[in-house]
Amino acid sequence: MTSPESERDREVAQARAAAAPQPASGEALLEIRGLQKHFPLTQGVVFKRTVGHVRAVDGVDLTLRRGETVGLVGESGCGKSTVSKLLVALEKPTGGSIVYKGTDVAGLSGRALKDYRREVQIIFQDPYASLNPRMTVGDIVAEGWSVHADVAPKKGRLQRTQELLDRVGLNPDYVNRYPHQFSGGQRQRIGIARALALRPEVIVCDEPVSALDVSVQAQVVNLLEDLQDEFGLSYLFIAHDLSVVRHISDRVAVMYLGSIVEEGTDEQVYTTPSHPYTQALLSSVPLHEPHLRGQKDRILLQGDVPSPADPPSGCRFRTRCWKAQDICAQEPPALVDRGQGHPAACHFAEARTVVPVEVVE
Amino acid sequence: MTLPQTTTAAGVPAPGTPLLEVDDLHVEFRQRSGVVHAVNGVSYELAAGQTLAILGESGSGKSVSAQAIMGILDTPPAVIRGGIRFEGRDLLTMSAEDQRKIRGPGISMIFQDALSSLNPVYSVGWQIGEMFRVHRGASRKEAKRKAVELMDRVRIPAAARRVDDYPHQFSGGMRQRVMIAMAIALDPRILIADEPTTALDVTVQAQVMDLLKDLQRETGMGLILITHDLGVVNEVADDVAVMYAGRIVERGTVDDVFTDAAHPYTDGLMKSVPQVEAKGGRLQPITGQPPNLAAIPGGCPFHPRCSHRRLGAAAAPGRECATDVPPLRLVAPGREAACHYSEEVLGV
Repeated sequence: MTSPESERDREVAQARAAAAPQPASGEALLEIRGLQKHFPLTQGVVFKRTVGHVRAVDGVDLTLRRGETVGLVGESGCGKSTVSKLLVALEKPTGGSIVYKGTDVAGLSGRALKDYRREVQIIFQDPYASLNPRMTVGDIVAEGWSVHADVAPKKGRLQRTQELLDRVGLNPDYVNRYPHQFSGGQRQRIGIARALALRPEVIVCDEPVSALDVSVQAQVVNLLEDLQDEFGLSYLFIAHDLSVVRHISDRVAVMYLGSIVEEGTDEQVYTTPSHPYTQALLSSVPLHEPHLRGQKDRILLQGDVPSPADPPSGCRFRTRCWKAQDICAQEPPALVDRGQGHPAACHFAEARTVVPVEVVE
Repeated sequence: MTLPQTTTAAGVPAPGTPLLEVDDLHVEFRQRSGVVHAVNGVSYELAAGQTLAILGESGSGKSVSAQAIMGILDTPPAVIRGGIRFEGRDLLTMSAEDQRKIRGPGISMIFQDALSSLNPVYSVGWQIGEMFRVHRGASRKEAKRKAVELMDRVRIPAAARRVDDYPHQFSGGMRQRVMIAMAIALDPRILIADEPTTALDVTVQAQVMDLLKDLQRETGMGLILITHDLGVVNEVADDVAVMYAGRIVERGTVDDVFTDAAHPYTDGLMKSVPQVEAKGGRLQPITGQPPNLAAIPGGCPFHPRCSHRRLGAAAAPGRECATDVPPLRLVAPGREAACHYSEEVLGV
């Protein structure tokens, strides 16, 4: 299935790939600085008054370069999904900035905002809830073109839709079927085709494989990797599964209670985690190899994550941290390199290997 | 669609007597659109103190087989055949009242979603205490005292203060502890945990799995752990039974099965899952989709997705993957697999 359309895509992809020789050294596409999203907590029915704020995202710094995959991991309630909504402009930040190709997204409106939304697409977690059950697959994939008409000329849209379905591994003849006729993995492919239809540069993947069975998960992960190579895409890959994130990411950021506590290459974060939370998180992941059982440095965290409506002073993690001192309650630690080779937001950052290093056969 | 009885009790530790024997269990659901074959001849045994993991994906029949043991399937639409023997007594041939008397104190179960399993309009203390009021005829006061004790035992902080709180006031991990408290209230001989940590974050998962192991050590109960998570199986279970399309396709100790799988499905699962220990190369997914239980492929149900399959003339006589159903057979000491060509899969 080749057509002028898809060939042009490939050419663009090749040009992009040539422009970005090394993922890590590529040009910064998205720069997030001090990003905040506070949701007001209100009381009263008729006269609502604000009684506080849920600090869902509270000072996130992150850079996404062309052609690279940044993994964002954290547990439920840490604010990672709010970051994804802020990035695709579904929510407005209450503070900080998202700079895309040198322009602050907060200042965009009209035509420019429309372009931004086309270039930064999203894939949602739940392929059952995110597809309209009354629309055919073809309509779902093509819907974006009714807003961004310039992406695909009206005449070739059906053919283009079928090409997209073929590219994500679905039978192009299924274009008139409805979402309920597909399995979970196939639905997620529809979601991916929908995102690809607008030829984005960045795709925010918000838990794209969490709802899938393990045997199907790998198919979707591989598809995402292939599409990245082919179209030169950049991914922000948000997930709670540390193994999947390590597999797909070039760099990994760990989030806790609204802010990033550690950031580095996958190797740095997984083999020399330096923030106590990262260490605890990694040590909780069950290993798959019988011979590694019991070799793990186990750290059991006490208690639950504090409420983001009333986060602890200073370091967010101090209430559950075994290293906490007086300074942790007074001064929030900055996300800087304290001699471990990558930044960690801990006053007492110290590399500690918690996952036994697997000898590659 | 009956599997031959396997003569060996693979994976059962020698000193243990079987607490539970599941014998050629079949569960089907009769629906207008056809018959859904959820469980197709599952047999296993569980001894005191043993942890048996049932590993499978959605639709493999792992939960339905457990629900049949627990007696919580509505019949109809479900039709259950086979034997479920608890300490030698067949539950399926008993009256509902007798079954209830045995299951109440003998077998209990916890579920994936603790919030929807708890009643939102009763306090957790009342719900835990209900076990004592109903089965032991305890007074309200006595039941509440017991509830506090149990909440302490499952390490819910400040139990005496929180006993009157409602489920929505607890976090996900704490709710699962409340469920566990209810399940162990009457010191059951068997605890069935159906995806107990799937809805929880990894740090909380580690706490809950630790708690379950500690409780098992204290009480010597048998634990059936139903999960799709290979890591949890490896860290918690002694033995594992891998299910696919309503059958057990492989069974053995976790060490054996995870070191060298004997069934292509198990092998495929291991290779398709990324590991936290290493970045690894490209994932090798299992092709295709899990089968539709209303139309399970003939022969070996896995053959359409199998890379080891042999069809037509390439197959050995009586071992054609699309027509001959592979029995669960001994393929190595203490190991069983339902594949015609397990010997080739082993050591690959």
